[in-house]
Amino acid sequence: MHKTPPFLSILAVLLLVILLAPVPTAAQGNEPTDDEVNAIAKQLYCPVCENIPLDVCPTQACRQWRETIREKLAAGWSEEQIKQYFVEQYGASVLATPPAKGINLLVYILPPAAFLAGAFILLRTLRSWRQATIQAEPVVPVQPEDPYIARLEKELRRRDG
Amino acid sequence: MVIQVGYFSLVLTFLVALYGAGAAAYGAIRRKTEFVESARHAMLLTWPLVTVSVLAIVWLLVSGDFQVRYVYSTTSNDMPIYLKVTALWGGQAGSLVFWSWLMAAFTSAASLRKWDRDRELLPWVVVVTMVNLAFFLSLSILFENPFARMWRTPDGSQVTAMFQPGGTMPLIPIDGRGLNPLLRHPGMIVHPPMQYLGFISFVIPYAFAIGALINGRIDDRWIRISRRWTLVAWLFLSLGLLLGSWWAYDVLGWGGYWGWDPVEVSALIPWLSATAFIHSVMIYEKRGMLKQWNMVLIILTYALVLFSTFLTRSGVLSSVHAFAESAIGPMFFGFIGVTFIASLILLIRRWGALRSESQLHSLLSREALLLLNNLLFIGILVVCVWGMLFPLISELATGQKVTVGPPYYERAIAPLGIGLMLIMGVAPLSTYGRASWKPLVRALLKPFAASLLVPLVLALRGITNLGALLGFWASALVALVTLYEFWRGAVARHRRHGEILPLALWRLAGRNRRRYGGYVIHLCAVLMALGIIGIEMYQTETQATLARGEQLTLGRYVIIYDSLAQFDDPGGRYVTRAVVSVYRDGKYVGEVYPRQDYYYAPEMTVTIPGVRSTLEDDLNVMLVGWEPIPTGGTTFRVILNPLVNFIWLGGLLFIFGTLVAAWPDRKS
Repeated sequence: MHKTPPFLSILAVLLLVILLAPVPTAAQGNEPTDDEVNAIAKQLYCPVCENIPLDVCPTQACRQWRETIREKLAAGWSEEQIKQYFVEQYGASVLATPPAKGINLLVYILPPAAFLAGAFILLRTLRSWRQATIQAEPVVPVQPEDPYIARLEKELRRRDG
Repeated sequence: MVIQVGYFSLVLTFLVALYGAGAAAYGAIRRKTEFVESARHAMLLTWPLVTVSVLAIVWLLVSGDFQVRYVYSTTSNDMPIYLKVTALWGGQAGSLVFWSWLMAAFTSAASLRKWDRDRELLPWVVVVTMVNLAFFLSLSILFENPFARMWRTPDGSQVTAMFQPGGTMPLIPIDGRGLNPLLRHPGMIVHPPMQYLGFISFVIPYAFAIGALINGRIDDRWIRISRRWTLVAWLFLSLGLLLGSWWAYDVLGWGGYWGWDPVEVSALIPWLSATAFIHSVMIYEKRGMLKQWNMVLIILTYALVLFSTFLTRSGVLSSVHAFAESAIGPMFFGFIGVTFIASLILLIRRWGALRSESQLHSLLSREALLLLNNLLFIGILVVCVWGMLFPLISELATGQKVTVGPPYYERAIAPLGIGLMLIMGVAPLSTYGRASWKPLVRALLKPFAASLLVPLVLALRGITNLGALLGFWASALVALVTLYEFWRGAVARHRRHGEILPLALWRLAGRNRRRYGGYVIHLCAVLMALGIIGIEMYQTETQATLARGEQLTLGRYVIIYDSLAQFDDPGGRYVTRAVVSVYRDGKYVGEVYPRQDYYYAPEMTVTIPGVRSTLEDDLNVMLVGWEPIPTGGTTFRVILNPLVNFIWLGGLLFIFGTLVAAWPDRKS
């Protein structure tokens, strides 16, 4: 089976980001804080224990991965570069949402499309019901909605009678 | 002896359930009431029979008969008795029997109701419930036998079998492996029974619906009978979800209550369709509309209950909940397919007869708004199902594994959630039938104007996040409209009957419990929305390694690391516990004790946060790591969750609201 180069487009975007992005927050040489490490780890998923974000995973392996983030930050890597590094090492499943390309686009397209289709069907159904109702009883005496008018009419009727 | 009795009783229940289903169907088709009556007795008998099996398992767990594989894998000698009992649902085999036991309890209870007016529905309710019960029992008997024992063959290998294979010797370990420590928590002790009750009790409304479809009695009788069953099922399901969240918040040590883990999502999906159903049955009862749609919703809900159970138990989704994995997948999948297709065939057969005279006078009428509510709930359902299944689809299609995590769900569900809140704000003021915009606007004007004050004040106080302001505004609108409804009703009674206001309010709610119970639940949704906005948008955190006496600041809080102690605990665990002082705005407010417990028996570590909890916020302090030498640093992670306790507060009020709505009338 032919496999398309997996992350070409992401790489292109990344290149742009690197070119345009402001200077990374962690300047080279400074020891990054735990908070800086966690901010990135939060967006990644532990590659071994599925569905656990990397910042909270207690296993030894994840501790090492957090250290990797720290080293990369200390070496002056940007957030995107580090995320990209993890994707290349462990596959797209480390990202919290799949990269929007190929079959993965379905993730983002199907729910809004289904919702719009549902809304369309509902609206059409409601309309057809209303049409049917209006045709079934064309002359509907308008009920006075205002309690004041209602009372007024009642009194008028009493006077008439 | 206990083992044989327990197993025999399980097999006997299976046979009784099959007999019940057969006799009921035969009696209905041949019009032989004595067969139907006999089937009803069979249905009644299932619960006591499964009870014998459950008691046998509990006996084995408590007495520590480690030759029984299930006892060996879920308990250990050092566990207290109450945990040994709750180990009944701590693993796959036991929890399946527990599941059957709860299902049998519900069906037995249903068999005891007064059937006089609904004789024609009875046989089919028996058939549906007994087939479902027999299926779950068959899983226990064929695949996940909780009574299976361990034996040693002459060549030294080990086999698990119910009866002693030739030439083997009993294998009796001295101690068991112990219960997963994550499950040794009050939330986890109550969460599974609630979740199971919520799941299995939908079998009753589903059975009534299918009974109506087979029998052709498709007026609103099935809905009226099953309304309370549905509400009770919904209450249990909601409580199951809430308790699960509380457990996750309290024990998983990540400062969150909901992580959009596939298993969590799978537990949520039946709740979504059930909630849509609870709203749409009102249109059915009031206006005689949507007969087809209500059938679709109840069939969907029960199918999702089965599907959700299948996903978590077959190990198809791999996640933290994987302790319930096993090899029952294919049979389970087949059963879901067969019941779902059979339900659909029955539905299609009656499709024409279910057509109702749908009249709609206005797009602003209550029924139109309730349908919009259904659209939004089903929208969220689609988002959830798709997010949960996509990783499997991707893996099948491309071989590539992907994660569909919180950002996807949050982005997709937030707008739908806001939409639901707005409908919740408007719909209670709308009327059925001929509604026009004038009275609706007039009723809405006051609460609407007042609700705008909330985001205004918050904005002036420095809250600039648009999403949060929108959320707070929608919450304020729902709260004000709902309270306004209570107020209008109570004042009207006060004027007419001269009752004092609290009494007027009490009698008002008593006269229309369903409506006002529903409103109380809407208020819970507001409380929970506050908590969700707080934790989702304003959660802050920090982490650092501290030496003794050093401090760490997060917002208005400062924590100071005082000391660390390590000791053995009688519960079979090695505890590392820190003492941390908490200051708020410079004032000492108390100590918290973050811990990590290492369990010897299953060799697992559990992180238990130290929490300072107030209505305003929760300060969670977690122990991340420590240096072995006492002078070395200890790493703490501090998470501040504003408003999170409103979620649990909403949960408590929720129970009250549902009970108000479901409380039986004095007449019946």
